[in-house]
Amino acid sequence: MAAPRASLHLVASTWNRGTRGIRGLSSAVAPENSQRKGRTLLQFLANRFYDVEILREYLFRKQISKVHKENRSFTYIKERYGPYIAGAYFVLKQGGAVKFQGKEWIRSTGRGYFSPQLLNFQAVPIEAVDASDCAINYEGLDNLLILKELQSLSLQRCPHVDDWCLSRLYQLADSLQELSLAGCPRISERGLACLHHLQNLRRLDISDLPAVSSPGLTQILVEEMLPNCEVLGAEWAQGLKPGPEEQSRDTASPVPA
Amino acid sequence: MFRGAVRLCAARGHLGRALSTRSGGSTLDWAGKVSEIKKKIQSVLPGGAWNPLYDTSHLPPEHSDVVIVGGGVLGLSVAYWLKRLEKQRGAIHVLVVERDHTYSRASTGLSVGGIRQQFSLPENIQLSLFSVDFLRNINDYLAVVDDPPLDLRFNPSGYLLLASEKGAAIMENNVKVQRQEGAKVCLMSPEQLRNKFPWINTDGVALGSYGLEGEGWFDPWCLLQGLRRKVQSMGVLFCHGEVTRFVSSSNLMETISGEEVTLKRIHEVHVKMDHSMEYQPVECAIVINAAGAWSGQIAELAGIGKGPPGTLQGTKLPVEPRKRYVYSWHCPQGPGLETPFVADTSGAYFRREGLGNNYLGGCSPTEEEEPDPGNLEVDHDFFQDKVWPPLAQRVPAFESLKCLVHLQVRSAWAGYYDYNTFDQNGVVGPHPLVVNMYFATGFSGHGLQQAPAVGRAVAEMVLEGHFQTIDLSPLLFTRFYLGEKVQEHNIF
Ligand SMILES: Cc1cc2nc3c(=O)[nH]c(=O)nc-3n(C[C@H](O)[C@H](O)[C@H](O)COP(=O)(O)OP(=O)(O)OC[C@H]3O[C@@H](n4cnc5c(N)ncnc54)[C@H](O)[C@@H]3O)c2cc1C
Repeated sequence: MAAPRASLHLVASTWNRGTRGIRGLSSAVAPENSQRKGRTLLQFLANRFYDVEILREYLFRKQISKVHKENRSFTYIKERYGPYIAGAYFVLKQGGAVKFQGKEWIRSTGRGYFSPQLLNFQAVPIEAVDASDCAINYEGLDNLLILKELQSLSLQRCPHVDDWCLSRLYQLADSLQELSLAGCPRISERGLACLHHLQNLRRLDISDLPAVSSPGLTQILVEEMLPNCEVLGAEWAQGLKPGPEEQSRDTASPVPA
Repeated sequence: MFRGAVRLCAARGHLGRALSTRSGGSTLDWAGKVSEIKKKIQSVLPGGAWNPLYDTSHLPPEHSDVVIVGGGVLGLSVAYWLKRLEKQRGAIHVLVVERDHTYSRASTGLSVGGIRQQFSLPENIQLSLFSVDFLRNINDYLAVVDDPPLDLRFNPSGYLLLASEKGAAIMENNVKVQRQEGAKVCLMSPEQLRNKFPWINTDGVALGSYGLEGEGWFDPWCLLQGLRRKVQSMGVLFCHGEVTRFVSSSNLMETISGEEVTLKRIHEVHVKMDHSMEYQPVECAIVINAAGAWSGQIAELAGIGKGPPGTLQGTKLPVEPRKRYVYSWHCPQGPGLETPFVADTSGAYFRREGLGNNYLGGCSPTEEEEPDPGNLEVDHDFFQDKVWPPLAQRVPAFESLKCLVHLQVRSAWAGYYDYNTFDQNGVVGPHPLVVNMYFATGFSGHGLQQAPAVGRAVAEMVLEGHFQTIDLSPLLFTRFYLGEKVQEHNIF
């Protein structure tokens, strides 16, 4: 799941670089041309670039709508099979893993996400979700917020999870005990401030958040805000050498059960 | 001779444009083409570009379909939505006239950046809900290819409104309306308040309402700059100058009841250039009055309110500048990261600013205490007398500021509310008599957060002739004449 996304980014960035290059050229060349060869060439180039810009905007929009599409709610499944199956289906489709109460972890197999055995768990609440590296966003969170028995949630390295998402987690305040936000590039101290709603939280991982301006101070303030919770932050990650830890996690998640 | 020809075409073009703009169709007309060709020829002619006597690059264009007066957040939002909702790329020419490019006195940059859904009026709640959705997706809406994404710095910490015994029933009612509209707001008893926010003293508090989602504060500059960047990329022109005059024509009409009314149409906007006597007339089909605290003056320039009192002609736009102070202080033992935007029963408010136990706060003065809006000087006694005492009572930790208050107040500033003296609510849509002037003003302290939605409503009105997304007809100008107040209770 992660690989195609990465290559997509690569394509986008090389594409950007390419056009930027041509654009830079046009501005360097334009003044001379306009006097010697008249304006036709410039006009031509300008028209082309206008088109290129429209095309790139179109591509950009497509990328956005792809993320939106991946995050819509499965209203039909929810109505037919209930919130647990809908939530599980969503997480598995995104490439994550779910754990029904008293059962084993179920991971996405990569081929068919929706194994029929899932239907046996219709009445079994989901107690843990591992959505590490998933493209889940604000809208997609709807599918998790209906899991009222959710005790453990991992959103590690989710590229689209931001402060706005954190402001919705209060809906899980009654059950949530463990939350990992490690490595989310868009989470800042502003979003972490909303976690004060989660007074049942026992363990919170906020290590490796590049958008947090002062990690040390933020961790202290989060600890003050959640006195009953063990907060894993900057120092913890450094102390325990995140390298191998990260690796073992990485190998653990994509391998299907 | 050439000039004469251009004039002629321009006059014809204007008519055509006035019509086509109304229907939202294409406007790249003959006049536009002539001036374009003229410019091209001029720039190609030897020596044409550098002759200082004829350098007109700093002047606004001679024609624009829409002229927006005021480049604050509301003006830019209208520009954005006009371009976004136009039927065809480049169909409408939009010019934004802003007299101060540093925005040193504009309300937008001087506000405290709050957004909330805790209003009493359903329209305000809807506007705010739309806007919060816009802000959340700001990088979809305002994305410019090749430019870095915007960092809105949104703090989703919510608003906490406190009510005394007297205000509790109203608060309960308001929250009911807010929930109906889809806002996530909860009511809290004094005990619940103490549990959640142990630093609060609930004496005199009967009820609190607390926004759970979509409320908090953000960086107003980011929204302003993001809109500017985006509308520029969409082809909106900016001009640094002041609108000083409107040239309009009048038409005497009779209503069904036999009353005589004069309908006016603005044809030209005179833009005075900075530091000079020079001005440029800009022919236009539509004028948007988004001059914030100064929009009352702009309305007057267009002749609004100049008639016998009690008539529609004599009804002024009741928007005027009102000075509001914001103070910033430091309190080492103050409330922590969970602190929402707190609005006290007394009307004073405060919120956290950053991480280092810094806070921002203020209070609206009573009608008698209104300071002179002539300048933006800060009255520090106002903090000592009016802002700090109620806040220190509410949050005992602030009490420790008592002897240190001069040391601990870090900074303060003042800004102008675009204050609607009639009912503290926005004015949106066209003027009934000056038929091509549209308002987007008068939001009295909640204009920043509602700008994204208001811009859309005004653009819909201009392009389609009616509101589509949110029905803002209660906010039309006619209410001032009819005396129909749409009162908003939650203004502070
Ligand atoms: C202290 C304070 C706190 C606030 N807090 C909040 C808040 O928490 N949340 C919220 O939503 N709102 C808040 N507001 C209100 C908000 O700032 C305003 O409602 C909003 O910014 C209005 O936007 P605007 O574009 O109409 O006005 P402005 O930003 O003032 O823009 C108007 C522009 O018009 C220009 N102009 C005026 N006359 C002319 C002319 N003749 N020719 C050319 N240009 C002209 C001015 O230079 C100015 O730049 C606050 C305001 C203040 C003062």
